[in-house]
Amino acid sequence: MAALGIPTARVPLLLRASVALPAALFAWFCSLVPRVSSGETLHWEIGWIPQQGIALSFFVDGLSLLFALVITGIGTLIVHYASEYMRGRPQLPRFTAFLLAFMLSMLGVVLADNLIALFIFWELTGLTSFLLIGYQHEDATARRAALQALLVTGVGALAMLAGFVLLGEAAGTYSLRELLAGDASLAGASNYPWILALVLAGAFTKSAQFPLHFWLPNAMVAPTPVSAYLHSATMVKAGVFLLARMSPVLGGTEAWSVTLVGFGAVTAVYSALASVTRTDLKQVLAYTTVMALGTCVMFLGLPGEAAGAAHSTAAVAAMAFILVHALYKAALFMAVGTIEHSTGTRDIARHGGLRHVLGPTFVGTALAAVSMAGLPPFIGFVGKELLYSSAYESAFGGFALFAIVAASVLIVTAAMLVAVVPFFGTMKQSARDAHPVTWQLWIGPLLLGLLGLVAGVATTPVFHGLVLPAAAAIAPVPEHFEPGLWHGFNSLLLLSLATWATGAFVFWLRPYMLSVPGALLDRLPVTGDRVYDATMDGIARFSTALTRRMQPGIQSRYILAVFATLALSVGATLVAKDAIHLPSQMPSVTFGEWTLVAVISASVLTVILSKSRLLAICALGVVGTAISLVFLLRGAPDVAMTQLIVETLVVVIVAIVLLKLPDFRNEIRQPLSERWRDAAIAVAVGTVTTLVLLAVTTEPPQLALTEYFESMAVPGAHGHNVVNDILVDFRAMDTLGEISVLVIAAAAVCALLRRRTRYRIDRFQRLQRRYAAGPGGARASEEDA
Amino acid sequence: MNTLILRETTRVLFTLILVFSVATLLRGHDAPGGGFVGGLIASTACCLYVFVADAKDVRRLVRTDPLKTAAAGLALAILSGLIGILLGGRPFLSGEWAEIGGVEIGTPLLFDFGVYLVVVGAVLTFVLEIKEPGAVPPPDSEK
Amino acid sequence: METVIAVLVGVLMASSVYLMLRRNLVRFVLGLALISHTANLLIFSSGGLQGTFPPLVPPGELVPGAGAANALPQALMLTAIVISFSVFAFLLVLAFRTYQRLETVDPDSMRSAEPVPAEAGTDRSVSGDPQ
Repeated sequence: MAALGIPTARVPLLLRASVALPAALFAWFCSLVPRVSSGETLHWEIGWIPQQGIALSFFVDGLSLLFALVITGIGTLIVHYASEYMRGRPQLPRFTAFLLAFMLSMLGVVLADNLIALFIFWELTGLTSFLLIGYQHEDATARRAALQALLVTGVGALAMLAGFVLLGEAAGTYSLRELLAGDASLAGASNYPWILALVLAGAFTKSAQFPLHFWLPNAMVAPTPVSAYLHSATMVKAGVFLLARMSPVLGGTEAWSVTLVGFGAVTAVYSALASVTRTDLKQVLAYTTVMALGTCVMFLGLPGEAAGAAHSTAAVAAMAFILVHALYKAALFMAVGTIEHSTGTRDIARHGGLRHVLGPTFVGTALAAVSMAGLPPFIGFVGKELLYSSAYESAFGGFALFAIVAASVLIVTAAMLVAVVPFFGTMKQSARDAHPVTWQLWIGPLLLGLLGLVAGVATTPVFHGLVLPAAAAIAPVPEHFEPGLWHGFNSLLLLSLATWATGAFVFWLRPYMLSVPGALLDRLPVTGDRVYDATMDGIARFSTALTRRMQPGIQSRYILAVFATLALSVGATLVAKDAIHLPSQMPSVTFGEWTLVAVISASVLTVILSKSRLLAICALGVVGTAISLVFLLRGAPDVAMTQLIVETLVVVIVAIVLLKLPDFRNEIRQPLSERWRDAAIAVAVGTVTTLVLLAVTTEPPQLALTEYFESMAVPGAHGHNVVNDILVDFRAMDTLGEISVLVIAAAAVCALLRRRTRYRIDRFQRLQRRYAAGPGGARASEEDA
Repeated sequence: MNTLILRETTRVLFTLILVFSVATLLRGHDAPGGGFVGGLIASTACCLYVFVADAKDVRRLVRTDPLKTAAAGLALAILSGLIGILLGGRPFLSGEWAEIGGVEIGTPLLFDFGVYLVVVGAVLTFVLEIKEPGAVPPPDSEK
Repeated sequence: METVIAVLVGVLMASSVYLMLRRNLVRFVLGLALISHTANLLIFSSGGLQGTFPPLVPPGELVPGAGAANALPQALMLTAIVISFSVFAFLLVLAFRTYQRLETVDPDSMRSAEPVPAEAGTDRSVSGDPQ
């Protein structure tokens, strides 16, 4: 960045300092490990509306804790990494806020007790994800990807909400703790198929299952820390979390198993294949993430051969894999981000020999990739062995084993792609141009890579502290479960050896043959992405057509429609309620009142017919003044005074403004038919108003409220003027709202008239030019601004 | 419009109307008047001044940006509502009364004064901005 | 008196609606000013016009005397008058700025937000681009 002329002093202190939040949370969750792993479930409740029994409650069991530790632990490293990676980018406070907001909402998802609260946090992760993917909002690709992620996961989430409501009604509670207590299964409920389908829709869209996976690779336009955090380690796992959480409630049926294993297996194999055909390093990682999600979904669905027994090892395998994946994938994403940061490109073909420049990053990448490939003594090996053995033991044995082995072979290839190609070989141009990076950029991958190694060696504490308690929340765990690195020479080990060999072979073959499946995948006639585009286009076309019909853009028609509706609906109500009361005799009116009416009517006619603006304005003033006389005669001096002064002010400002507007001489002459039409509508509205008023005044007015105010004026409000008491005491809240309107109107007038608008436009144009100039130009003009 | 007679009368009337507006505001709780009317009366005084002098002079006369006056009035009104909460935990905008030297003083009066300021500020903003839009600090001085 | 006021309100209402339907912003603004008068008068008379004295509590007593006007609609109107004034001022300025910018007072030819569809014919192109 220094090479691009960014002053190094602009360290994003805010991002640096905000590391404290995830770090503190991580430490706190770590302190909970002993209690939770001994089988305890912790529970907090924040009273909200205690009278209604509504509270915001959270609970921590093994499953939540595993996820919470991943969220806060990876979060700490990511925020720290981002503080260097994002240096010099615009709007860092906003970025930081979004990142932390995401972290807190994700914690909400895994800790919430109430299903509806879970849904709200779930949507919040979607919203923050939208904001983070769209961080580079000048870029149309980023905007599209952000919207796509929001819509796909959002539609899924709405389905999920519907599923939650059905589930809550069927179970009689929305509390997850109550749902999970005792024999929780809802498999017998009458609308179980609906609940299952709707909840799975939410989980599958969030966790990017085929064929709805397309938004996840597209979301890679986000800054790399975001990809590493949201789109590999945390948010996309929310779907997996939900499935794990719902497993005791919805799982155990054939529908559950077939759907999960089917979608999971297809997703895993398809995306593993897609990953090795990509040339963008982040895309490779994105597709391997989809593969990992598919694997988790598949293993959460695997039924046991006999009831109970093997099911739980599948759950253990899934939970172990979540931990394994979070460790290596976040490391690799950060490493790829570092490569891009240093060389400016993520294209695999343009890299080579980077190990000489990015030494520590290389070490971190290598450690993580070895764990990803599943080699001993890394935790990845333990995870893979578990996947193989539980797939083998399950009722879907052959199919599941085939799927996971096929996916694993390709993952070995992908791991080599990321770790070998950029770092080994001859120094290419990108490596010669690369600049070394500071420690903030390599410490994260290195730490996570080492952690994968440590966890692999110290398998027992890791499993007993984290993985087994998490699996226990899904299904009963075998009593003496001892995962380890060495299980002797058996068929599984041979399978692992075969996996590595085949993976390496495919890697070697890659330049020769992988272009074929790559091209095939690119030419699929129907992809989710295209269906999405077609749907969006369809919606846009439909709404355009609808809007053209409903909104022709001709204002006078809108106004006409409003008044015609008013006259018709009020008139129809009057007729229907039989509320038309015409006075039977000529009312007795004093001469003074007649004069008043005559003056008002004459002035109104003048306003309508006048050819001179000044005359119209004056006539308007006369109308207002005459009306204020009515008020004065009928015991409303406050109102009369106000009306009189306002009338004066209106005439003053109207006189200033209207005289700057064109006069009536060059007015558009509307055809006579239009005038008659308008006059008819006007008379209709006027008649209806008269009828309403007559109907109201034939009844004696409801005085209960007035009498209350009158009797309370002196004892309650300490004032003798009842009108004023109502304004400043009884209904002061209304008055407060009304004076707020005054302030807003005044501010709006300033906004319209002050010369600032000119300046805003200049600034807008400058910004436009800046974006057009590209990133280099952007920085240059930012500095001279 | 800008005749000698009007100019000289305004000089006298301006203060007179202002005093009258404050009187209207203060007596409003027991007799016709109050913040709305008082505020409107005060702004007519300023309007009168706009006719004999130009908007710049009026701005100089009132010293602050009238929009800020309006905002301050709103703040005052909200503040008067908070007093009840702070003193006795009563709901927002409850009236609190005290007798100081035989004169009853209460938060509704404070509220009414807020209304007065909002009305003066808002109306003055309308009139002044329409007469002559206010200047805005040049772009450079913003940062 | 009620009947007379009712007819008067109807006349005022019809006049303001007619003004607001003109294809001229100036007349629209006049109609708007008129319609707020109409609304105030409507509220005032729907509260009853029997009282002729201001709703003030005489010193030493607890309720206003007989013949006092209904205080509730008065309080409603008092704020309504001031608000409609401020909204009116805002709309006036809006109309003025619109005229400055688009050089027309005919609302039907203000098509920046809803331009005439391209295939439907000639667009006067007053689009929002501040060039």
